[in-house]
Amino acid sequence: MSFINYASREINCKIVYYGPGLCGKTTNLQFVYQKTAPDAKGKMISLATETERTLFFDFLPLALGEIRGFKTRFHLYTVPGQVFYDASRKLILKGVDGVVFVADSQEERMDANIESLENLRVNLQEQGYELDKLPFVVQYNKRDLPSVLPVDNLRKELNPTNVPDFEACATTGEGVFETLKAVAKLILVDLKQGK
Amino acid sequence: MANPQMVMYDEEFKQINSVIEKLLKEANAKVIFLVDKNGQLISGVGETERFDTTSLASLTAGNIAATGGMAKLIGEKEFSILFHEGEKDNLHISIVGGRVILVVLFDSRSSLGLVRLRVKKASDELTIIFGGLLKKAEEKEKSGDTDFPFAEITDDDIDNLFS
Ligand SMILES: Nc1nc2c(ncn2[C@@H]2O[C@H](COP(=O)(O)OP(=O)(O)OP(=O)(O)O)[C@@H](O)[C@H]2O)c(=O)[nH]1
Ligand SMILES: [Mg+2]
Repeated sequence: MSFINYASREINCKIVYYGPGLCGKTTNLQFVYQKTAPDAKGKMISLATETERTLFFDFLPLALGEIRGFKTRFHLYTVPGQVFYDASRKLILKGVDGVVFVADSQEERMDANIESLENLRVNLQEQGYELDKLPFVVQYNKRDLPSVLPVDNLRKELNPTNVPDFEACATTGEGVFETLKAVAKLILVDLKQGK
Repeated sequence: MANPQMVMYDEEFKQINSVIEKLLKEANAKVIFLVDKNGQLISGVGETERFDTTSLASLTAGNIAATGGMAKLIGEKEFSILFHEGEKDNLHISIVGGRVILVVLFDSRSSLGLVRLRVKKASDELTIIFGGLLKKAEEKEKSGDTDFPFAEITDDDIDNLFS
């Protein structure tokens, strides 16, 4: 849930990147961090294992600019994708304003994608949210790899409701900002409608 | 929505700041900040420019969330106070009114006992202010009297953010 501060004229929104282990959530944030001007970003925090797997979350605060005199900030979080970190994933979803589901396009990760998306639905429900009512976008990542499934196949399984979706290669940054913009826009439109 | 919208108005912002300014002095603390449970910084006083308060806010909320999860697993409601002792600086973290996190950073010029005592008093005052704030926001929403700035934003406004 966004935080509107009329005193300091700020609006803060929380975006969570969700998806199976190794799908590229952290890489998305790293790319955004690298490509954002120093004055528009805070420190990126990664609570990770020694092998660079996310242990609790990554956090990247962005201050993109002003809308109607209000500083608009987005706080980007990733969840740990590994199945056994489910308790942590639930915590990070608290107060979420928008979700990016990062799918791993490789054929052998299809089951993991489906399982993770189902896990997202269940965990949101536990917090009283419904995925279909939240600002939500899907990213098909790792399009550069040889064993990827056609986007149409991925879409059929992972995006039946036809939310905005994007092909990406998070390591080179392709599609990364398009994805972020899309979810940010959905959040702002929701705010506009006073949801 | 799972939670009511968190909002802050000028009047309450001033009240809150005067409570934590007073706490800063009375507890001999270095920095005090307030964070909502989702990790958004609400306000900070003291030597705030020496610390990355945005990151601290996010990690504090993560910390409270994690210990809250542990509490549930052992059948507790939540741990309402956390204390981290460092070589020089210490952190006293407590939950105010069930919703907001109060963080007090202090060194050897103060003591845990003093901080605890002062925090208790300040917490009661803050609980009342935040309670009133919540009510006010709910009433405003019901009556449709929101001076919400986003009602009139256009697609262009949104696109400009990313240009
Ligand atoms: N080829 C290729 N590799 C990628 C791409 N995106 C991420 N990777 C790699 O995939 C690996 C895992 O990426 P992470 O971003 O750490 O994955 P994650 O989703 O954060 O994983 P968890 O933290 O375990 O949930 C890293 O070695 C990345 O460099 C991509 O688009 N193409
Ligand atoms: Mg990660």
